[in-house]
Amino acid sequence: MWLINSSIGRKLIMSISGAALVLFLLFHATMNLVAIISEDGYNMICEFLGANWYALVATVGLAALVVVHILYAFFITWQNYRARGNKRYAVSTRQEDVEWSSKNMLALGVVIVLGMGLHLFNFWYKMQFTEIMHAAGAHINDIELATNGVHWIKETFACPVYVVLYLVWLGAIWFHLTHGVWSALHTLGLNNNTWMPRVKCISNIVSTLVVLMFAAVVIYYGLASLGCCGSSCCAA
Amino acid sequence: MAKKSEELKETAKEVTKKVVRTAKKVEKAVKKAVAGEQFIDSKVPEGPLAEKWTNYKAHQKLVNPANKRRLDIIVVGTGLAGASAAASLGEMGFNVLNFCIQDSPRRAHSIAAQGGINAAKNYQNDGDSVYRLFYDTIKGGDYRAREANVYRLAEVSNNIIDQCVAQGVPFAREYGGLLDNRSFGGAQVSRTFYAKGQTGQQLLLGAYSALSRQINRGTVKMYSRYEMLDVVIVEGRARGIIARNLVTGRIERFFAHAVVIGTGGYGNTFFLSTNAMGSNGSAAVQIYKKGAYFANPAFAQIHPTCIPVHGEFQSKLTLMSESLRNDGRIWVPKKLEDAKALQAGKLKGRDIPEEDRDYYLERRYPAFGNLVPRDVASRAAKERCDAGYGVNSTGLAVFLDFSDAINRLGKDVVAARYGNLFQMYEKIVDENPYEEPMMIFPAIHYTMGGIWVDYELQTSIKGLFCIGEANFSDHGANRLGASALMQGLADGYFVLPYTIQNYLADQIQVPRMSTDLPEFVEAENAIQEKIDRLMAIQGERSVDSIHRELGLVMWDFVGMGRTKESLETALEKIKAIRKEFWSNVFIPGDKMDMNVELEKALRLADFIEVGELMARDALNREESCGGHFREEYQTPEGEALRQDDKFSYVSCWKYNGEGEEPSLLKEPLDYEFVTRQTRNYKS
Amino acid sequence: MEKTINITLKVWRQAGPKAKGAFETYKLENISTDSSFLEMLDVLNEQLIRERKEPVAFDHDCREGICGMCSLYINGHPHGPDSAVTTCQLHMRKFKDGDTITVEPWRSAAFPVIKDLMVNRNAFDQIIQAGGYVSVNTGGVPDANAIPIPKPIADEAMDAASCIGCGACVAACKNGSAMLFVSAKVSQLALLPQGKIEAARRAKAMVAKMDELGFGNCTNTGACAAECPKSVSLSNIARLNREFICAKLKD
Repeated sequence: MWLINSSIGRKLIMSISGAALVLFLLFHATMNLVAIISEDGYNMICEFLGANWYALVATVGLAALVVVHILYAFFITWQNYRARGNKRYAVSTRQEDVEWSSKNMLALGVVIVLGMGLHLFNFWYKMQFTEIMHAAGAHINDIELATNGVHWIKETFACPVYVVLYLVWLGAIWFHLTHGVWSALHTLGLNNNTWMPRVKCISNIVSTLVVLMFAAVVIYYGLASLGCCGSSCCAA
Repeated sequence: MAKKSEELKETAKEVTKKVVRTAKKVEKAVKKAVAGEQFIDSKVPEGPLAEKWTNYKAHQKLVNPANKRRLDIIVVGTGLAGASAAASLGEMGFNVLNFCIQDSPRRAHSIAAQGGINAAKNYQNDGDSVYRLFYDTIKGGDYRAREANVYRLAEVSNNIIDQCVAQGVPFAREYGGLLDNRSFGGAQVSRTFYAKGQTGQQLLLGAYSALSRQINRGTVKMYSRYEMLDVVIVEGRARGIIARNLVTGRIERFFAHAVVIGTGGYGNTFFLSTNAMGSNGSAAVQIYKKGAYFANPAFAQIHPTCIPVHGEFQSKLTLMSESLRNDGRIWVPKKLEDAKALQAGKLKGRDIPEEDRDYYLERRYPAFGNLVPRDVASRAAKERCDAGYGVNSTGLAVFLDFSDAINRLGKDVVAARYGNLFQMYEKIVDENPYEEPMMIFPAIHYTMGGIWVDYELQTSIKGLFCIGEANFSDHGANRLGASALMQGLADGYFVLPYTIQNYLADQIQVPRMSTDLPEFVEAENAIQEKIDRLMAIQGERSVDSIHRELGLVMWDFVGMGRTKESLETALEKIKAIRKEFWSNVFIPGDKMDMNVELEKALRLADFIEVGELMARDALNREESCGGHFREEYQTPEGEALRQDDKFSYVSCWKYNGEGEEPSLLKEPLDYEFVTRQTRNYKS
Repeated sequence: MEKTINITLKVWRQAGPKAKGAFETYKLENISTDSSFLEMLDVLNEQLIRERKEPVAFDHDCREGICGMCSLYINGHPHGPDSAVTTCQLHMRKFKDGDTITVEPWRSAAFPVIKDLMVNRNAFDQIIQAGGYVSVNTGGVPDANAIPIPKPIADEAMDAASCIGCGACVAACKNGSAMLFVSAKVSQLALLPQGKIEAARRAKAMVAKMDELGFGNCTNTGACAAECPKSVSLSNIARLNREFICAKLKD
């Protein structure tokens, strides 16, 4: 199977899974923005994407993409490490026109996965997961809160530590995407001399857009919490 | 009845032909017998010039496909000639063993050729033809090349371009999509095909890709980082080589039915040259010592536009393309005190006013000006520098000035034409040639002389062939620009693959021989002894320091201007250098290991032989022609003076053993088809 | 006039492919800033020979930037700190008096060290042998002008073809990937009508050989193109990806 056996095939899988995840992020970020515009609207979306079959199928697909992307990342990095041979360079310098992120995609990826764990615990565990458990017949107390996304957003970002953690996480995502988006297109062969600067520009725009949309919600609710409830919620 | 008489007539014709042919053979044999060893048979086919090659191919012997598989051919060298020959022979089905000293066949020095490759395509509709290319080459060579070979070269030149394009060589094109041409020295037509300033690289990569394809198919076996150390002769025929694995130091024996040498020229005898560091004349010397004649060793080309020597640690000289002379003007100061100030670094070229500049080429050669041929331009620069007008700290440089061209055409046009060369110059010299005039000086570039070969490219040893720069055949006493690539590829793609079959057709009964035959063992033992002797000297001098010394002697006494005295001095000095080398060289390390110093020492031992041979040949040739300038033989204006009545021959040097003087054999050059003239660039 | 500098060299010394290597430190005095980096190494070797030691083995040949033989990793850069030049074209004026210069061989699993700074780049030859050619025999080809080729295409093919096979791309790549080298050859031949005919076969064969020889996976860092002495463009890699993926999808 050339997708596994050949280097370009492996990269193709990284590229396609990565591109799909970027699309998911765009989708996710757009919905998050609704939380700023209308709290009810946002909760409606949360309800819509609860434990419904289509949402579940999408979630499983998404999880599969994430797993494939991560496993391949480790596999490829391990292979690349071996390809460098037994000896390392004593001196190595970064070339001026090489992006820092491109050489640290795995490290950025690890940060992103850690952030994702936190995020899943903060939101997914309390929302979709709770709904699934409820549907499966488990006894759940606050089942109505499971579709109240705004409640969880407010609760999480009332804590400045979470605001900072989420912003750091988003920073890592930004670095990861600035290289990832154009690299995915490059791997798909959608690039040439003329388009190289354009593709890189598109890549920067997309990653900045995604991260700004997410960050807007974090900062908005972070600031909002300072106005209303002080710092009392950090105990949670 | 009519039919029968026709048949009879035919038979009669056949018989007559046969009789004539036999008579000619007898005549040759008689000549040979009368002249003894002095007779050299170039095997040029009979007939009109334009039909010789066609006739040869029509009547030569061929080897059938089943037999080709049973025949082994060793090709030494992977430059344009070697790689193209190995690839073509492999395609035909021969079993080829190909050797190169570098890590990959793609590194051969053909890769460094910049300008282009000539061909008589006449795509520009400017009156080019096979005959014109032939004539220009003969004339450019100052009438010291063999007519039949040169004509064949011009004939196959067109096939080369077709072949290279089919291989995917990205030659420069015009907007209409057809091939572009540029002009080069010594011709009145535009017949030079080029790929940016990297024509040699692209042609070599084309040949390399064809070779790689054959390696993949298994018809060619590649031995890289192997250096040939001797040829093995069995019963008078070349049957293999001894080579050293440069990585392990192991000496290995290889058998083949025929051996082809394509190892380039011996310009590095001068230590400083435009050749690559590894370029050497060792294969040529090895086969010379086994009986192959060395022809015209004195004919070496000195290229006028090279970046000057900058210091005593310099390892090589870099060529700046001949094309620069189209727009650059060459000058030195008129006043000696200005030259002194330049040498002391107190003045810059741009500080010297127009009226104090001496555009000496324009002054001496009003008709051709800065575009005189390479040999003439080089000698003129030397003459000025010898008179004390040199313009850099060593006093060995002249200016090549683009300020006129920049004023006339604008900087952009000049940059578009020569940008890459200007950048290269700036990287090396650290001066901006758009503002300061370039400094240039002549340097050894190419050797027209080489191993003597007949029309079939076979040396005087049966079964031993020599192609490309390593042989002497096509350029006479001076080579025209863009003709070296042409010759290398012509030999490798289109000449040798035919002519070698004429020899191999008689070898199909010869089985593969064991490399344990006494001839192989003896050859290997001789090599082992030589290496042991070198390793045992343990003297005080490094190989390079002795090589530099040899180079200086060659440059000072066998360089651009030669005299009887200088050459005799050179012979004395080379003798001393040989003694110094064999008694005081120091080679560190182990012979059974990668040992670069040992490799260099083995090559230097051979350079010393070549250097001596060059001086000897130059001493013998009491005339000036092409790249060989004997100061005693010049016109009152200082131009080269040929002595056609005495020296219209190829000097072939035959080795007579260690310490013995080689004997001179002569192949007369009878010009049947062109008339010799004196080259004139003044009016 | 002539400027000279004193430098300290840290050079990787390794007796053979299996031997354990280490850095040796050498002091060099009065090095002319006009000399090239390799001429400086010549001076070092001359000095070592005078001390009756073994000189440093390094690959070099044409010394004018075209043969691709020289291969040193100098102060963290293949072919040294200057841009768009090979080691042989790097000059000592790029260094300052008192500098310490670290010289290492190419480090890649596919380029094992032979001795000191010399590595075996035979893997590149093997990749070309797998398909880096147009399958035509000598003779019997059409006239050179029979197929017109648009000038921009010919020029782009020429730019890709200017690769000198030195291996700096692999040396610079944190993944030890040979994609720039392979893509340059695939691009040159895929652009030209002569090579298009077997472009799919070529891309598959060359990539398969590249993978087999232990080169890494390309992650588009662009370090290869940044260090390439001939400025071969990164977009060749996109073309190779395209050629390869299309070829595989057709199977």
